[in-house]
Amino acid sequence: MPGRLDIVKTYKLYVNGAFPRSESGRSLKVTNTDGAVIAHISHASRKDLRDAVAGARKAACGWGRRTAYNRGQILYRMGEMLEGKSDEFAQVLKSTTGENLRVCRKEVATSVDRLIAFAGWADKYAQVLGCNNPVAGPYYNFTVPEPTGVVAVMAPDEPALLGLVSLVAPALCAGNAVVALGSEEHPIATSLFGEVCATSDVPAGALNLLTGKREELAGWFAEHRDIDAIHGANLEDELATKLRCGASENVKRVTVREVDDDAWLEPAECESPWWIEPFVEMKTIWHPTGA
Amino acid sequence: MPDDTPNGHHATAASEMRANGEAATRDAKPGRRIGGSAGTSSSGGHELSFGDAWEYAPAPESTKVEIADRYGHFIDGKFTRPGATFATINPATEKKLAEVGLGAKQDVNRAVRAARAALPKWAGLKPSERSKYMFRIARRIQERARELAILETMDGGKPIKESRDIDIPLVAQHFFYNAGWADKLHYAFPGRAAGTVKPVGVCGQIIPWNFPLLMAAWKIAPAIACGNTVALKPAETTPLTALRLAEIFEEVELPAGVVNIVTGDGSTGQALAEHEDLDKLAFTGSTEVGKILARTAAERGIRITLELGGKSPNIIFDDAAIDQAVEGIISGIYFNQGHVCCAGSRLFVQEGIVDEVVAKLRIRMQSLRVGDPLDKNTDVGAINSKMQLERIEEYLEIGASEGVDVWSANGSLPDRGYFCRPCFFTGVQQSHRLAQEEIFGPVLAVMTFRTPDEAIVRANNTPYGLAAGIWTEKAAKIFDVATRLKAGIVWCNTYNKFDAASPFGGFKESGFGREGGLQGLKPYVRL
Repeated sequence: MPGRLDIVKTYKLYVNGAFPRSESGRSLKVTNTDGAVIAHISHASRKDLRDAVAGARKAACGWGRRTAYNRGQILYRMGEMLEGKSDEFAQVLKSTTGENLRVCRKEVATSVDRLIAFAGWADKYAQVLGCNNPVAGPYYNFTVPEPTGVVAVMAPDEPALLGLVSLVAPALCAGNAVVALGSEEHPIATSLFGEVCATSDVPAGALNLLTGKREELAGWFAEHRDIDAIHGANLEDELATKLRCGASENVKRVTVREVDDDAWLEPAECESPWWIEPFVEMKTIWHPTGA
Repeated sequence: MPDDTPNGHHATAASEMRANGEAATRDAKPGRRIGGSAGTSSSGGHELSFGDAWEYAPAPESTKVEIADRYGHFIDGKFTRPGATFATINPATEKKLAEVGLGAKQDVNRAVRAARAALPKWAGLKPSERSKYMFRIARRIQERARELAILETMDGGKPIKESRDIDIPLVAQHFFYNAGWADKLHYAFPGRAAGTVKPVGVCGQIIPWNFPLLMAAWKIAPAIACGNTVALKPAETTPLTALRLAEIFEEVELPAGVVNIVTGDGSTGQALAEHEDLDKLAFTGSTEVGKILARTAAERGIRITLELGGKSPNIIFDDAAIDQAVEGIISGIYFNQGHVCCAGSRLFVQEGIVDEVVAKLRIRMQSLRVGDPLDKNTDVGAINSKMQLERIEEYLEIGASEGVDVWSANGSLPDRGYFCRPCFFTGVQQSHRLAQEEIFGPVLAVMTFRTPDEAIVRANNTPYGLAAGIWTEKAAKIFDVATRLKAGIVWCNTYNKFDAASPFGGFKESGFGREGGLQGLKPYVRL
């Protein structure tokens, strides 16, 4: 008999700044590579998604209106907190994916770097994507990017952490509130990432993390009228089509990427402003210059 | 300060002062209206006067900052043993703070050599790793912000509320902002592929005393973000915070030689500027010295960027929100004792509202608190040096001799230290030296105009072109006037705003190159 019984962490959703269980009361088994159950995870329902979107919508305005510098600092803080939890993340990834620890550590480190990269973008993308337009008349005319609003993220199964971070960070950096469904196969990293966000001054509701089944939730993601854009990667064709069709109802912007395993590790691939651009609206302002 | 007030006026002036509810402790030159006609508020503003009922209680910043007796240079990642030194003093007390290395040619040589040696590795470092060093610097600056602010105020004389709330937060922001560019440079320059945006090389940087640490950040942050290495010379009168920054470089393990700091006087700066192994010079300071350095750089065939003087116009139209405009005039010229290259030192007021504006300005100036820079209530601190105070006083005499009216608020000045009452001249003409030359003190020249066209012509009638201010509630007028002013920064219904994301720099003889923002990277890259 062991001297002390371990305390096992309960993995929950991260919604509106809190860690609720699924309102449905459902949970899913998480197994390791040997098939042994190592944890249970909340199985998010349609109602959980709606709660998350409601929280995101409430947070979107304030988050989008923060200074870009402030958003950058908070993303940087997320990077700091993730760095501090590197070991825990690497162990979790190892136990569920079966990859060796070195590969898992690399994934965590790259996730930190990705957050730092987008922390840097927060006060710069407007300078790269926006412009002043030399219209043929006595007008001042300039185009500035504004956040789209509420962005839903559908993360790939692998890489479980890096995929999620890479899809969430650009949307968040541009001032959008995010509702993300993490990896279905390896969901623990998603729940853990909530702990990073909760301790990084991310305002409640600006980032919401769900775990559950893509197939079940995809339709609700697509049709939810208060989601303005979707960012996904490596989704099955059928699912992507379902998202796009549903999205047409309220003219959601849908970006579904194909990213190779190795490409996730590449800054050139995943840290460009073109990962931000789909989640901003270009606003053009005209003003006469005559006295 | 010209004092054409005969001695016999003292009594009168003193009683006038009491009427204004102010107390004098130092000299009997209050009243401060020399020539001129109007009293305190003739038209326009309303004044709240509480007489002697309430005195401000001093609110001194109480945190103590350790200052060593002697400082060496920071070369190749280490502080050198101090050799020849000179004293740096607190301009508010005239007391010595520390002895600081007087950089000689060999110190400069060592600094540039260290920068040269560090260049290949730093330039070759993975950009995202360069970026991380800079984020670390930004974080340490944030953590040590209070200490840096106090030291900045002690060494330079600026009010603690400015160093605490403006200078040091901006210093951190400049490192934070530029850190993020290190791995994104190819997006800043259209058509460039990743890895093709190269650093210029070893940069010699010379900075002034008005924003000592902020100027260091403006220079160092974009330079090292782009992969350059640096030899920097802080101003003679304000070396201490740059040396503190060097401590931070040590703490965050910035590779040795990436930034080297050599303190000293003009001769040190000259030795640095003339060093044969520089790839680039960057200078912030007077137009006079800037022109000399431009020649030096030309002879050597190296690059240079210059951020020089200004005589910036602040234009108040009759459709402006007057109270806000008056605040803008105050922050435009009296911010940092007027030691600001972009200070709104030429005030143009549309003729119909000049009486109202001047009256309100007088009232507002009477509540400006001049004194101990470490007091959190202080609005106007100490003039940076004796030399600068003398220079300002010389201009005040020039003003008097040119026959214009000067006015300054009553109020006491500390017994010791270099202090100057904020003041303004009215009846100034375009041809007056007060309207032409950069004074770099709390001295405002007030002029009037009738039409926007006249304001623009007169605002542009200067060899400088650094900044300008426009005050009107008509947005179309703002855009029209802003477009026609020859200035690198145009503040509309605001003044003296700075941000790491916003480029700064001038037209014409105010220099070339920009600091801050995306454009601030350009001087530090080879495309």
